[in-house]
Amino acid sequence: MTALAVQSIPRVTMSTLATTGLSSVDMRSADVPALRPSGRLGDAVFANLTRFAAIITLSLLVAIIVSLFIGAWPSIRHFGLPFLWTAEWDPVQEKFGGLVMIYGTVATSIIALLIAVPVSFGIAVFLTELSPKWLKRPLGTAIELLAAIPSIVYGMWGLLVFAPILAQYVQQPLQSVFGNVPIIGSLLSGPPVGIGILSAGIILAIMIIPFIAAVMRDVFEVTPALLKESAYGLGSTTWEVVSRVVLPYTKAGVVGGIMLGLGRALGETMAVTFVIGNFNQLDTLSLFQAANSITSALANEFAEATPGLHEASLIYLGLVLFFITLVVLSLSKLLLLQMRRSEGKGT
Amino acid sequence: MRVSLFRSMIAGAVLAGSFSVAVAQEVTGAGASFPAPVYAKWADAYNKATGVRINYQSVGSGAGMRQIRGKTVDFGASDAPLSDADLAKDGLMQFPTVIGGVVPVVNIKGITPGQMKITGSVLGDIYLGKITKWNDPALAALNPGVPLPDAAIAVVRRADGSGTSFLFTNYLSKTSPDWKAKVGEGTAVNWPTGAGGKGNEGVSAFVQRLPNSIGYVEYAYAKQNKMSYVQVRNQAGVFVSPDDTTFKAAAASAEWSKSFNQVLTDQPGKDAWPITGATFIMMHVKQDKPQQAAAALKFFDWAYSNGDKMADELDYVPMPDAVEGIIRTQWRKITDGAGKSVVN
Repeated sequence: MTALAVQSIPRVTMSTLATTGLSSVDMRSADVPALRPSGRLGDAVFANLTRFAAIITLSLLVAIIVSLFIGAWPSIRHFGLPFLWTAEWDPVQEKFGGLVMIYGTVATSIIALLIAVPVSFGIAVFLTELSPKWLKRPLGTAIELLAAIPSIVYGMWGLLVFAPILAQYVQQPLQSVFGNVPIIGSLLSGPPVGIGILSAGIILAIMIIPFIAAVMRDVFEVTPALLKESAYGLGSTTWEVVSRVVLPYTKAGVVGGIMLGLGRALGETMAVTFVIGNFNQLDTLSLFQAANSITSALANEFAEATPGLHEASLIYLGLVLFFITLVVLSLSKLLLLQMRRSEGKGT
Repeated sequence: MRVSLFRSMIAGAVLAGSFSVAVAQEVTGAGASFPAPVYAKWADAYNKATGVRINYQSVGSGAGMRQIRGKTVDFGASDAPLSDADLAKDGLMQFPTVIGGVVPVVNIKGITPGQMKITGSVLGDIYLGKITKWNDPALAALNPGVPLPDAAIAVVRRADGSGTSFLFTNYLSKTSPDWKAKVGEGTAVNWPTGAGGKGNEGVSAFVQRLPNSIGYVEYAYAKQNKMSYVQVRNQAGVFVSPDDTTFKAAAASAEWSKSFNQVLTDQPGKDAWPITGATFIMMHVKQDKPQQAAAALKFFDWAYSNGDKMADELDYVPMPDAVEGIIRTQWRKITDGAGKSVVN
């Protein structure tokens, strides 16, 4: 409370100044003195509330980490770090390893980014630089609408509509052409049924495109017209303006948008569980092979998991996902720092 | 000042909460999702008949067991029975409510429901990934004259932990020594092959969509979706089709009077469907809240007497009357703190 009172002093003086300014106009008004203390109280309450919101979020975060750790402890003690590179997941024998799920989570997210980043970039450039005015709004809104579709709808659509199309028109032709080529063939092996790592990655890409595209478009739009017009005036092409002016100016926002998308891809559950196949073996690295992800395993097995090692191992997986997200976030911050440091050195 | 205001607000909310509980009698239960539709239907009809509310949370058998052990609910529900030793350890008793069957279903062009026949060991070999083609000699020998294609078998199973998987793997463990050694039984197992669908609806969606696939679902799903079920050879050596008579036959042969710990898979009797199971209610033998326990038991008593038709409509099989009689006598074991039975 004392710290709060100290902090609120400058604000009080500010408001005093404002009210004195007012009171010179309306000296005798009786509500001016009444306004002052209520304004002070309001400020104090407001500051307190914002502080409370910040603190409660932080303490929730800490509480989640602590409870994840406590919940996972039996499994951490029993399996230790080898949990991270053991592929066996056998609830009957109580032998657990998270490699299959960790691999599935990372692989699907990478595929999703590989597809979503170029597409989102294209959308954002088109909307900000190339699109005719009348198309801008409807197109932008349509893309944002994609973000409003519940993930379970994406999952059902992926399973019932997208997977058969993928199986029939992509997987089977690819297998018949490349099936016997050494390395590519092994990446494309497995039953061509339209579910697996690749389908999950593509569905995730569709889900994160609106997020990345919306952020990219917004940051591209804040690039000062002066800079762009100057570049155009010097005879730059659209591509040169985008790559030399817009991108360097907005790189922090672009990286932020991509990370937002990646975070969503890593944590997505319902859509993934429908199309990934939920298969806990790591026989091949084929993109067509059914696999599993951390979130999908949690969603599927938690309700019926027996207390003990099974449950603890699932929580351990949750903890691992938490750390993956943390690492991704820190890496993006590092990347931004690196970019800022090297600013002005090139070209 | 603000703190005390908060406190009084919280206290008020708590008071209001306990007040509403006290007004309408409410019995809470939690657990298995498989019987949830029939419990909901019974609860609705019971509420209309008596005014007592039964609040059943379909959270899964494992979570239900946790809740009843923690005494946060009046009854727990599970698809897998507990052993008598486990029951004694936790001070619980269990009784079955309805019977259901698990049905292997296939999606092969030209194969009609009931046309194909299979045995437990062949089914085990398919799910172990040892039999990979539909025209495998083992399958052809069981199905003379059935046009089985020269195609790979797409194996489908549950991805989530479930009582359905428990019954299925329990049956495979009883009939296929190889399955028992390599995989075993449980609500979730280390499946050697196949794609996992979430829930019965996920498995039936996969099977209906994937050509040349095989899966297993609750009977109600196979029936409602008109899927091609497979006849299975039971312990007596007879190939049977899944329906209420074969489920009842499986339930009738179990020795309920000895123990309620009965998994009804691979039962003797020439009409018995081999992948049958009951779903169970768990309650504490010694009750802290005898009134709640009595209210819960009254509900199940009412359901046994009046709920058979509702269960039928939802494609569950009610317990045979003789078994219900045994259950009612077992309820006398549930007592209040003083050792007096909560039912009379």
